[in-house]
Amino acid sequence: MDADDLVILEGVRFSHGPRRILDGIDIRIRRGSVTTIMGPSGTGKTTLLRLIGGQLRPQSGRVVVDGEEVPRLPRRRLFELRKRMGMMFQSGALFNDLNVFENVAFPLREHTALPESMIRDLVLMKLHAVGLRGARDLMPSELSGGMARRVALARAIALDPMMIMYDEPFTGQDPITVGVIMQLIRHLNDALGLTSIIVSHDVAEVSAISDRLYVISQGKVLDHGTPQDLERSPSAWVQQFLHGRPDGPIPFHYPAPDYAEDLLGPDAT
Amino acid sequence: MNLLVRLGAWSLGSMQRLGRGSLFLLAVLWRLPGALVQFRLLLGQLYSVGVLTVQIIVVSALSVGMVLGLQGYNTLVDFNAEASLGQVVALSLVRELGPVLTALLFAGRAGSALTAEIGLMKVTEQISAMEMMAVDPLRRVVAPRFLAGVLSMPLLAALFSAVGVFGGYLAGVGLLGVDGGAYWSQMQAKVDFYGDVMNGVVKSVVFGWVATWIAVFEGYDAPPTNEGVSRATTRTVVHTAFAVLALDFVLTAIMFGN
Repeated sequence: MDADDLVILEGVRFSHGPRRILDGIDIRIRRGSVTTIMGPSGTGKTTLLRLIGGQLRPQSGRVVVDGEEVPRLPRRRLFELRKRMGMMFQSGALFNDLNVFENVAFPLREHTALPESMIRDLVLMKLHAVGLRGARDLMPSELSGGMARRVALARAIALDPMMIMYDEPFTGQDPITVGVIMQLIRHLNDALGLTSIIVSHDVAEVSAISDRLYVISQGKVLDHGTPQDLERSPSAWVQQFLHGRPDGPIPFHYPAPDYAEDLLGPDAT
Repeated sequence: MNLLVRLGAWSLGSMQRLGRGSLFLLAVLWRLPGALVQFRLLLGQLYSVGVLTVQIIVVSALSVGMVLGLQGYNTLVDFNAEASLGQVVALSLVRELGPVLTALLFAGRAGSALTAEIGLMKVTEQISAMEMMAVDPLRRVVAPRFLAGVLSMPLLAALFSAVGVFGGYLAGVGLLGVDGGAYWSQMQAKVDFYGDVMNGVVKSVVFGWVATWIAVFEGYDAPPTNEGVSRATTRTVVHTAFAVLALDFVLTAIMFGN
């Protein structure tokens, strides 16, 4: 095992009921890097993050985070490991009965016995890092989508984790917010010495800030490498995905019986 | 045949749910001491589960008590026994109507709110986020709500009975001219503290556990979609009503069946 790899997924298979979602995934994530896992909607990208966080267990294969086998960890050890992981959910997932300040203070209050004055300083520092120190008294319902994600980011880094996972950080945001979040992801990663894992299908955005990209579809890794590597990928599927072509290996039409027969009925032939 | 298959599937499904619910209850009970320690969280929940339910309890109890007074008087007056009105009103309330109606109102007001709140926390990934922050949602979210429900129900039921007795007094003594002294003294003489009042309290404790258990379980078990939460909320009210009425019969048979 390479000590440079913070997260290792080996031959991970995961099914939800009869539906196979991940079918033998191998992913390695280097310490200090920004790695993006791309793929069309519904290919199990979020499932991957939940496997890494130990919220789901794979049916087979290994999930190793910082040298620990996540699926085998007893609950207490898993919780210890999670304190070193941050996660930013797609919706932000802020606690809507707490204001911005208390949301960011939540992990500190739960896991540390720091005096109130120090919690205040830490929270203001984290909020300042995402540019929302002035929004500390707002309630989550008063925030725009982009602001909510930035607060969620401040909350995710409250305990100074070693890694942070982003679930679809750009989806549904205006271009300025997308730019702000892109810059924050890259900047926080380098300034705090984090390892970042992004799950996204926004090709242009993630190509600009990622060190490595993985493209998955139908439960398998199709290709991986630097953004430049993938640009030259021989896979027709990867090319279709990166350039957003409407037809290709992924057909435009959902599987259907013959068109003429469908319209005219079986008697017509 | 088809009906038989459906009946089988339904019973298996119900059993499975009951099993999941029981495991869930055990997991919550295990965390109750922790919920006592988080005193501020518990206080907040006591307010939203208990205090906010007081209004509907008081209004309902007053009107139920007054109706009992009116109807009881109409029957008793035929036997020249209207002096026993206090006894009739009080026994109906402390034995049956207090615990049962409070549980039904509690399910509608507080239970549905608990289910919807926990369910929506699931939909908006707040429960998931809590888990990823290494905070146990059963301890942080469910246990204080459960404890608040269990503590509030008997108090609300007692309040219901007390206000109901006063409602009966208003109708019987105030409107219909029953003697006030007789109303209270008959009540004092014929209502037994252990046999009647305490049995009612036991009922309200049992109903409190069941109603709160159903509410928090339905919320926590709801599919994380808008439709899932709306169905879970409905189920909370319907299942609590069934469970409370069925348990009431069982408890009454045990307590007053001789």
